[in-house]
Amino acid sequence: MHESTDILFKPAIFDEMHSPEGLVRNQYRDVAAQLFSLPLEALSQKQREAEVLFRRLGITFAVYGEGAGAERLIPFDVIPRIFGASEWALLGRGLKQRVQALNAFLHDIYHAREIIKAGLIPAHQVLGNSLYRPEMRGIDLPNQVYAHIAGIDLVRVAENDFYVLEDNLRTPSGVSYMLENRNTMMRLFPDLFASHAVAPIDHYPQMLLDTLLEAAPPNVDEPVIVVMTPGAYNSAYFEHAFLASQMGVELVEGQDLFVHAGKVYMHTTEGPQQVHVIYRRVDDDFLDPLAFRPDSTLGVPGLMNAYCSGGVVLANGIGTGVADDKSTYPYVPAMIEFYLGEKPILSNVPTWRLGKTEDLKYALAHLPELVVKEVQGSGGYGMLVGPASTPEEIAAYRERILAAPAGFIAQPTLALSTCPTLVEAGIAPRHVDLRPFVLSGKEIRLVPGGLTRVALTEGSLVVNSSQGGGTKDTWVLED
Amino acid sequence: MLSRTADHLFWMARYIERAENTARVLDVTHSTSLLPDDSVGAEAHLWYAPLNISGCAAGYTAKYGAAESAAVTRFIALDPDNPASIYTSLMLARENARAVRGAITGEMWESINATWLELNRMSPALSGNRLTPFFDWVKERSHLFRGVTLGTILKDDALNFIRLGTFLERADNTARILDVKYHILLPSVKDVGGAADYYQWGALLRSVSAFEAYRKIYRDVISPQRVAELLVLRADMPRSLHACLNEVDSTLEIINGSTGREARRCAGEIHAALHFNLIENIFANGLHEYLTDFLGRTDSLGKEIRSAYLARRDEFVAPSPVRQMAQVQ
Repeated sequence: MHESTDILFKPAIFDEMHSPEGLVRNQYRDVAAQLFSLPLEALSQKQREAEVLFRRLGITFAVYGEGAGAERLIPFDVIPRIFGASEWALLGRGLKQRVQALNAFLHDIYHAREIIKAGLIPAHQVLGNSLYRPEMRGIDLPNQVYAHIAGIDLVRVAENDFYVLEDNLRTPSGVSYMLENRNTMMRLFPDLFASHAVAPIDHYPQMLLDTLLEAAPPNVDEPVIVVMTPGAYNSAYFEHAFLASQMGVELVEGQDLFVHAGKVYMHTTEGPQQVHVIYRRVDDDFLDPLAFRPDSTLGVPGLMNAYCSGGVVLANGIGTGVADDKSTYPYVPAMIEFYLGEKPILSNVPTWRLGKTEDLKYALAHLPELVVKEVQGSGGYGMLVGPASTPEEIAAYRERILAAPAGFIAQPTLALSTCPTLVEAGIAPRHVDLRPFVLSGKEIRLVPGGLTRVALTEGSLVVNSSQGGGTKDTWVLED
Repeated sequence: MLSRTADHLFWMARYIERAENTARVLDVTHSTSLLPDDSVGAEAHLWYAPLNISGCAAGYTAKYGAAESAAVTRFIALDPDNPASIYTSLMLARENARAVRGAITGEMWESINATWLELNRMSPALSGNRLTPFFDWVKERSHLFRGVTLGTILKDDALNFIRLGTFLERADNTARILDVKYHILLPSVKDVGGAADYYQWGALLRSVSAFEAYRKIYRDVISPQRVAELLVLRADMPRSLHACLNEVDSTLEIINGSTGREARRCAGEIHAALHFNLIENIFANGLHEYLTDFLGRTDSLGKEIRSAYLARRDEFVAPSPVRQMAQVQ
């Protein structure tokens, strides 16, 4: 038996399962009773079964720098993370609001630039950003949607107190793990689902397909949608293939496509077939060797021209990076108020932009307490977690900051919430975050759930899979 | 369907079928080798056959020298350096499947992926007395994959290209098995009807799962001419050339598109020749000559299929708006 009192948690840190008094929260009560009455060995056994399933299904991600074809499993934790219906309702509203404002911002900065004129964001922050694509100026996208698929990283520090850590508007990944985690949990613990009203998420691929269909250029009767992947050795290839097959559309590589007279076609066994919407999982820079990196072999020559002339729709659009860039992040609450006239529901983390003299001064004086990130970094690479770093690491990072201060932001170290997790020593609290996926078409949609990532190392705040983080199934209980 | 997808499906199927046939060849060679034969060079003579069938004799000789059972078996079954080994075939089958995971069913991928994982687990421990179970396992995995495919995949072009790959490869492999065995067996003509002859032709029939069929159809001593008839001309024999070309021909008829005219003509020609030929005619001109010609023709057919459907052509062939307008007016 594992009494809840066995589980250690620091009082200041919000525990997803336990109230500060050590009681199990309502939504966890039955799960805790059922899972924790199992011997630890039985749970570990389930964990191993899950691994076998994931390996067998090939739910892996490719690892760079470990030789061609190196594939790794993302560790999967069998203890779910659970939200109550009202908690989720709040989050859902906050997410829709945020994504709506971000899309409005993108439309604005490539058109009238009202927000700059209003003085709410400096012109150089937008126009001087290397992720701003002047080619996109004045181009009208269907439904004015730029980021059709957004992955918003959230952390929780208290009851009903969520912070957005990062907006991902380029090629956010992880949704296949959200879906496969659920499948795996249902195979391993059918009883848990029988006794809980867990809101289903399996309709995500249908929702994604609807979103992409709505994105099609006007006056196309039966839009042809494809998923575009960099190829089988990309770290997220499993997800690309998974989504294409779940939606019943072709999974294409750049070499399968060509541009003719402003339209995009794919090579098929029946000859060329026109493509109307490309859900591309290839970065802007690699999409078109004529427009961007000439050395890219992943792209399609002429694609950018076809896109700008309305011959094809890309999801996500080109030039969305300027809105999810970490130096733009501090302005998102202002965007929400400016475009929607509403108070932001989800909080931003206080952020120091080290390009500003006073912010830099503050950050340099407080490095051991702060998290410092590269403005354009991703995947948890190249960040400094002050409280977890040695004086030598901090000194070395200080040099990097001083060399190019504008390339960094700093934030206070958040007390990320923890969730009970099965680790070698037993069940112990580990820090978690959450990435829900928000879809923008004619309307904004999301399924009740997301990808919960968990830092498996004790005390670690870094949950990225490329840094050894794991994942959990995320439940939203229906009322 | 995407040309690249069709290409991967076609080759995925070919490699699975090839692995199965290679296991069949090794299995029959292995059981033939159990028969006492004291003549000089008998072992080398026998073990060259599978190397010849899979076209990897030169690679083997460079690495090992004389043909000898353990080395040949290891080379053909498990050597990753041998492009024709079972190991390489299963690896390439999986690589092709992986490239088109979206186009095959989850069960198909699980089956092919599990085969590959299991192969890697068991291959280090593989030695002499484990061989027959290993060959059986390869055949079983191939049967399973075929069953999973037929039981789960939509009957559309994906299945059509899988079938094309399967039956083209099988036709090629059966022709090779028959050709090389024919040559091995010829020297022993002196005891036609003897125990050894019976055993060897029996082993050949078993290698293509045709022993029971032979018994049922001919109810008589096993003769080379009848074995050849069974494996070349009998349309009801699942691994015969005729049966394979029936499938190739009818599959090509189903596949849409105007680009495959030459491939269809080519397949129709080979098919018609099998349909109307007599084994006496084939033997009059020499079985070996016939099979060599057949292999050349199926190779050309493979090339036609590739250029019609699988290769990506850069020229744009959709009707231009001008021509469409001209037609309307």
